[in-house]
Amino acid sequence: MSKSSFNTLHVDNKLSFNFEGELNIYEIADYENKINSLDLNNIKTAIIDLKKVSFLDSASSILIFNLNKKLLAKNIQTQILYDNQDVKNMLDLVNAQKDNSAKIEHKIKKTIIQNIGNNTYQNYLGFLSFMAFIGELFFNKFRYIINIKSIRFKEIAFEINESGVKAFGIVSLTSFLIGLVVAYQSAFQLKIYGANIFIVDMLGISILRELAPVITAIVIAGRSGSAFTAQIGAMKITEELDAMRTMGFDPYRFLVLPRIIALIITLPILIFVADIMAIIGGMVVANLDLGITTDLFLKRFNEVISIKHFYVGIIKGPFFAFLIASIGIYRGLMVKNDTQSIGFNTTKSVVESIFAVIICDAVFSIAFTNLGI
Amino acid sequence: MNNIIEVKNLKTIFDERVVHDGLNLSIKEGEIYGLLGPSGCGKTTLLREMVMLEKIQAGSIKVLGNELTNISHENAQALRRRWGVLFQAGALFSSLTIEENISLPLIEYTNLSNKIIKEIVEFKISIVGLKSSDINLYPSQISGGMKKKAALARSLAMDPKLLFLDEPTSGLDPISAREFDRLILKLRDMLGLSIVMVSHDLQSIYDTLDKVAIIDEKKIVYEGSLENIKSVNSNFIQTFFAKI
Repeated sequence: MSKSSFNTLHVDNKLSFNFEGELNIYEIADYENKINSLDLNNIKTAIIDLKKVSFLDSASSILIFNLNKKLLAKNIQTQILYDNQDVKNMLDLVNAQKDNSAKIEHKIKKTIIQNIGNNTYQNYLGFLSFMAFIGELFFNKFRYIINIKSIRFKEIAFEINESGVKAFGIVSLTSFLIGLVVAYQSAFQLKIYGANIFIVDMLGISILRELAPVITAIVIAGRSGSAFTAQIGAMKITEELDAMRTMGFDPYRFLVLPRIIALIITLPILIFVADIMAIIGGMVVANLDLGITTDLFLKRFNEVISIKHFYVGIIKGPFFAFLIASIGIYRGLMVKNDTQSIGFNTTKSVVESIFAVIICDAVFSIAFTNLGI
Repeated sequence: MNNIIEVKNLKTIFDERVVHDGLNLSIKEGEIYGLLGPSGCGKTTLLREMVMLEKIQAGSIKVLGNELTNISHENAQALRRRWGVLFQAGALFSSLTIEENISLPLIEYTNLSNKIIKEIVEFKISIVGLKSSDINLYPSQISGGMKKKAALARSLAMDPKLLFLDEPTSGLDPISAREFDRLILKLRDMLGLSIVMVSHDLQSIYDTLDKVAIIDEKKIVYEGSLENIKSVNSNFIQTFFAKI
């Protein structure tokens, strides 16, 4: 049920546009199509008749303005008729605005080459700023570590609880399941060759050296790395970081170092827990699927798995922890003054820290193998 | 009276947008000094440069006798204890209660006993007009006006001589805003503060400020008292002060 109507009347070389009723934003789309489909050749004069229009909103007023402009551009003489003062006011308002305001400049589209160059340069700047962060962490703030009194033990304890103690459950469960799955898959293969007992060697080495550290680090990167970014990012948005700086509290001392130290302490412990749980998972499968009793499993474990494999796994912990914590915090500090960048930086923080952990693990793997450890 | 802050030939450029180009001003001890100007003219940036949150790109700023461009870490730390800053939304530490927020600088920077610290906190709480029953609440549990008062109490914790306020009355209802103005005047007289503030609130500007600096077109277009401000030929001043 439309409240307005529109028709055109074509007599000789004269065209009249007759509008009636309440012209509003919901109906003008049809009228616009109708106007665009008109054949304007051979027309000398046009009349836009708004006498019967009782109401004109700004959108329809722009339609009338554009229609008038289009007709004038084709050298057609136009005349706009109206009785209603409100209609006139609205038309004048649109005219005034169209005359006044400069056109919004359209962004110049960049070519692919420009985009690649721009992105490369931005990534390069990002890399530099991360290096600056690491540099500041090491050189400028080293004195806080040397100076025992300035270490924030309370904050460190709080962070150990947050990112360590509270993560015991999820780390245990994840590594238990990983041990279970790895053992189950290899049991199937080993059975074919009747090499059942070698499951102990396999599990022992793969879990202690690689699986437990990496899985723990990935869980912690998802859990604590993202939390660090979001916490510090939110503090940046609410100006809490600025407030700290103006009060002379160095955010590195109050926020950054406690988190890094806490994670460096907790991650090796969590890896130890993950070792235990994953081996238990493997033991369960060996018992049920391969008929290796717990006693036999542990006896064989003692014989073939030397202690160095355990140390190799544990020693990775602090390095992974440092990467996860510093990337998480760095991303938090990179948050800009809008809510979107918290999400963006949290995603980046998790992806980058998992990537960094895997790269670091690869480096360790090559180094240890070449060193014969 | 001595100049407590001196800004000379300050230049600030963000990406390709010039914010300040050769800006000069001086603030005397004991004044309530306002930074005014159209939005986006760099008032808050100037304030952030004064409190060392933004690096000075060119020119110089001298605060309490310290040149900020090449200040040493130790001097910067000492300077930070001599001023208080009130941020627009308070910026109270959200993980701490009001009491912990106010006592934090006292605990960090002094060897005072807990009993004395508690008394100092209660004193600051009462001069900004908060009830002592509020001090165990967290920032998320109190209203905007209370947050500003608590943040003001925190910025006064170390008894600074210089106070920076970033839009102290924005986001407050008119009654609380006038109350805040009176509080600022009272504190200035009581504690002998010098105050630098950024404000948009015309009423608060007329009620509190001794001197204003109008930033427009990257420079100071007017510096002085409010009385003969309308004689200045500036688009911003003519529209902003037109009503009175």
